[in-house]
Amino acid sequence: MDTPSDNRPAIEFHNVCYRFDNGQTLLHELDLEIRRGETLVLLGRSGSGKTTSLKLINHLLVPSEGDVRVDGRSTRDWDVIRLRRMIGYVIQEGGLFPHFTVARNIGLVPQIEDWPAARIQQRVQELLQLVGLDAQLASRYPRELSGGQRQRIGVARALAADPPILLMDEPFGALDPITRAELQREFLALQQRLRKTVVFVTHDLREALLLGTRIALMEAGRLVVVHTPDEFVNSSQPLVAAYVDAFGTDSNATGKRGHS
Amino acid sequence: MNVWQFMLQNHTEVLELTVEHLWLVGVSTLLAVLIGIPLGILITRWPALNKPVLGGANIIQTIPSLALFGFLLPAPWIGARADRLAILALTLYALLPLIRNTYTGIKGVDRAVVEAARGMGMTDGQLLWQVELPLALGVIIAGVRVATVISVGLATIAAAIGAGGLGEYIFRGLAMVNNQLILAGAIPAAVLALLADVSLGWLEKRLAPR
Repeated sequence: MDTPSDNRPAIEFHNVCYRFDNGQTLLHELDLEIRRGETLVLLGRSGSGKTTSLKLINHLLVPSEGDVRVDGRSTRDWDVIRLRRMIGYVIQEGGLFPHFTVARNIGLVPQIEDWPAARIQQRVQELLQLVGLDAQLASRYPRELSGGQRQRIGVARALAADPPILLMDEPFGALDPITRAELQREFLALQQRLRKTVVFVTHDLREALLLGTRIALMEAGRLVVVHTPDEFVNSSQPLVAAYVDAFGTDSNATGKRGHS
Repeated sequence: MNVWQFMLQNHTEVLELTVEHLWLVGVSTLLAVLIGIPLGILITRWPALNKPVLGGANIIQTIPSLALFGFLLPAPWIGARADRLAILALTLYALLPLIRNTYTGIKGVDRAVVEAARGMGMTDGQLLWQVELPLALGVIIAGVRVATVISVGLATIAAAIGAGGLGEYIFRGLAMVNNQLILAGAIPAAVLALLADVSLGWLEKRLAPR
C-alpha cells in the first residue's frame, strides 16, 4: 500500500468533453481526481452526465476531448481488455448473465483470465460468503433469485479478480427501501475492509451522504462542486442547496457514517 | 384406385422420392446455416454491411423459384447436374431467414448484459461465444425452422428441372390430370414440413434461454 505510486490519484479527468457525433454535448470540460481508496459519489439527476463519466473510466466511451487517466496512464494508451479487468463494474439490476449459474457469473473474470477451475470455485465460495449469501446459491440461475440477491451477486462478480477500482452505476437503485438500506450498510462494512477506489453513481442524496468519502455534484454535463458529505449539507452553493432542499435531508444523515 | 392404395403399391418409389427430397432439403439447409449464420454475425460487427447483405438476401427471395432454377442452368459445374442446381437454389432461398434471425437474435440480447460483459473485459470473441450466441440461440433456431419448412415446400418445384424429390409425383400428376398422383407427392411433402416444424420447434424451446 505504501508504494510511491499511492500518492498519485487512481483516476484523473483532465478537461474531458464527451459529445455525440451529432454534436450534442453530454460532458463539458470535466476536471476531477479520484483518490486511492476513497468512495467518490457522482451525484446528479438523470442526464447530468454521471453514467457517461463512469463509462469513460473503463473505456466503454472514449472522450471527445481531454484525457481520462487510470493509474496515471491515459485510457487511450491502455490495453482496453487489461484496463477493464482491473476495474470491477456493477450496474443496476446487476446485468447478470441469465444463462449462467451464479457460480459462473461470479467466476467470469477469473475464467476469462484462465484461472485453474479449483481456484475459481474456491474464490466463488469466498465471495458468496463476503457478500452474505448462502453457498448453495452457487448452482442457481439469476432468475431464481430476489432483486437483493442478484445485486449482491453483481457486487461479488465485480470483486472476483480483486480489482483495485470499482465502478458502481446506481447499483441499489431498483431495490425496495429496506433491502437498499441493508445493502448500503453492507457496502460500507465491505469498503472499510477492502479499501477499493470506488466511483459510485446515484441520484439519491441520502445514499451519497451515507456512502461517499466525497460527493461530486453534476448538473447538465458539468461538475458543480466536489464536497465531503459535511461540506455538502452545509454548502451555500445554490445548486447544492437546491439539491439538499429537494431531498429535505436533515444534516443528521451523515451522522450514520462511521457507526457501521 | 385411391391415393393410399397407390402409395402402398408404390411404397418403394414413394420412399425413394422422400429420401431424395430430404437430401435436397437437408444439404441446402445445412449449407444455408453454414453461410447464413456467419453472415448474420458479420453484419452485427460491421453495420455498413447490414443493408447490402440483408437487401441482397431479400432480392433473392423475390425471384420466382422456377425462374431462379432457370437462371442457374447455364452455371458451370452447378448446371451440370439437376440436384446441384436445386441445392444451390434452395440454399439461396434459405439464406434470408437465417441471416435475419441471427442478426435480430444477437441485436436483441439485453444491452445491459452486453455492456456488463464488455465492461468486465471480455474480448469480442468471448462476448460472441459466451454471451451473444447462447442468448440468441432460440431466435437463430427459429430461423432454421422457417428456412427448413420453406425449403420442404420449394423443393417440390425442383422436380421441374429433373432434380427428383416428391415433386416428381406432383408434376407427373399435373401432366396426366391425375389428382391421386398429385396427392401422393403433396401429402408426404406436407408431412415432412410438419415434422420439421414440430421437431425444430421443440429444439427451439429446449435451447432458448429460460
